[in-house]
Amino acid sequence: MTNAVEIRGLRKSFSDLEVLKGIDLDVAEGEAVVLLGSSGSGKSTLLRCINFMEEPTAGQIRLNGDLIGTEQGGRMRYHEADLCKLRTRIGMVFQHFNLFPHMTVLENVMEGQTIVLGRSKAEAKDKAMTQLLRVGLEMKAEEYPARLSGGQKQRVAIARALAMDPEVMLFDEVTSALDPELVGEVLKTMLQLAEDGMTMVCVTHEIGFAYHVANKVCFLHDGLILEQGAPQFVLQTPETQRVRDFLAGHSLFKLPN
Amino acid sequence: MDYNWDFASVFVYWNVLAMGLWATFKLFIICSTLGLGGGLFMGMLRYSKTRWISYPAMLYVEVFRNTPVLVQIIWFFFALPVVTGIEVSPMMAAVLGITLNTIAFSAEVFRGGIQSIEREQWEAGKAIGMSYAQSMRRVILPQALKRMLPPLTSRGIEVFKMSTLASVVAYPETLQQAKLIASYEYNPIEAYTVVALMFFIVLLPLVQLTYMLERRFGKSDA
Ligand SMILES: Nc1ncnc2c1ncn2[C@@H]1O[C@H](COP(=O)(O)OP(=O)(O)OP(=O)(O)O)[C@@H](O)[C@H]1O
Ligand SMILES: [Mg+2]
Repeated sequence: MTNAVEIRGLRKSFSDLEVLKGIDLDVAEGEAVVLLGSSGSGKSTLLRCINFMEEPTAGQIRLNGDLIGTEQGGRMRYHEADLCKLRTRIGMVFQHFNLFPHMTVLENVMEGQTIVLGRSKAEAKDKAMTQLLRVGLEMKAEEYPARLSGGQKQRVAIARALAMDPEVMLFDEVTSALDPELVGEVLKTMLQLAEDGMTMVCVTHEIGFAYHVANKVCFLHDGLILEQGAPQFVLQTPETQRVRDFLAGHSLFKLPN
Repeated sequence: MDYNWDFASVFVYWNVLAMGLWATFKLFIICSTLGLGGGLFMGMLRYSKTRWISYPAMLYVEVFRNTPVLVQIIWFFFALPVVTGIEVSPMMAAVLGITLNTIAFSAEVFRGGIQSIEREQWEAGKAIGMSYAQSMRRVILPQALKRMLPPLTSRGIEVFKMSTLASVVAYPETLQQAKLIASYEYNPIEAYTVVALMFFIVLLPLVQLTYMLERRFGKSDA
């Protein structure tokens, strides 16, 4: 079976700062992978390389077997049009939701479907309502984002990504900007997604979520994956002092409700 | 102190003033449409990441923003024919001066408006597969235009008043017609008072309309 995402030798530099120094990572179909690591370790950069919001400096990325870009003289070349098409196959959810404030919730979820995928209004609306139902916000369809709570905004953002029928979903600290009492509803939505078999890569500081939901946990340090494996191993019997120190600073294993 | 006001000597020329007002409106409509439309275009060029596009646009903006419109109109009327050999009518000179200046002004408003939209909005568009053009058209511009509305509408009002500058090349707009009346009847005080009143009467409701527009469009994301 081919992996949903296959990353080989991924490097990324910003001018002379090398942030990723050779990442190899496989994400099997239906798997939920959680990326852990301290601030500045390159988690966001890794995530953003997967959907080419950042262009890798070196290395290769495959999405369900398709090599992204074309090899030319030992380097990968990327065309913006191909990358746009690729991004329709990968959903991304941000820390600060990034909803379109001038559109209603329904319009937010329809936008990519009609403008990018070229679906008819009727079909897009149908799919949008299905996804809003899935995140429990069908009754907010006609509201503007400004009238929603943070947790509701984030669930709309998830619905917006899901409506594109992505092969993989990327989550970058999607609960970090939320009031503590709103974290649970978003994590529950993500848990549901994982149970539905969605392939997911999540950056999060919610160790409880990693423990209970992830199939695989990767600990990033200094641009490399320092440890990876099943959450029971990485979180309970880490091999390195670095991971032990990191975990000591986090409250363990409680999945907020 | 006991000046003898004689407005009757102005009002007998009401048709001359009416023609002037019509010409003022003509200038206003042409200059504001071309100026704002051209400004959007120039603003995009100015915003471009490609230097050989953005630098000339910047040069254009700075030249026209930092020279007086009155001087530009005079220059287009007297100097442009000498430089290019093309005959320039008073109307043409006025339209050129006011429009090119308005393009420069609104280009800066457009650029500022586009830049005021958070980077995250671009990212959100990109993440669902939008191209640069799609993000600009569907995500950035609709939000930016809302923020640009107040400076643009006040520029529109400004253009209406700027049209009087066309009198310097004797284009028969309202002020020029009043000058004409004043030179026949030796009543400049009355003639210019009437011009001021005419502008006030036309602009007051127009300004109210822009307030309404701003309230209407400023609503959805508050
Ligand atoms: N666009 C950029 N230009 C320059 N440097 C960048 C850019 N994006 C990230 N960096 C740098 O790369 C390093 C890794 O950043 P990244 O955002 O990937 O870390 P992170 O693990 O997500 O951290 P956090 O937990 O704070 O979100 C940091 O030193 C950061 O300053
Ligand atoms: Mg980050």
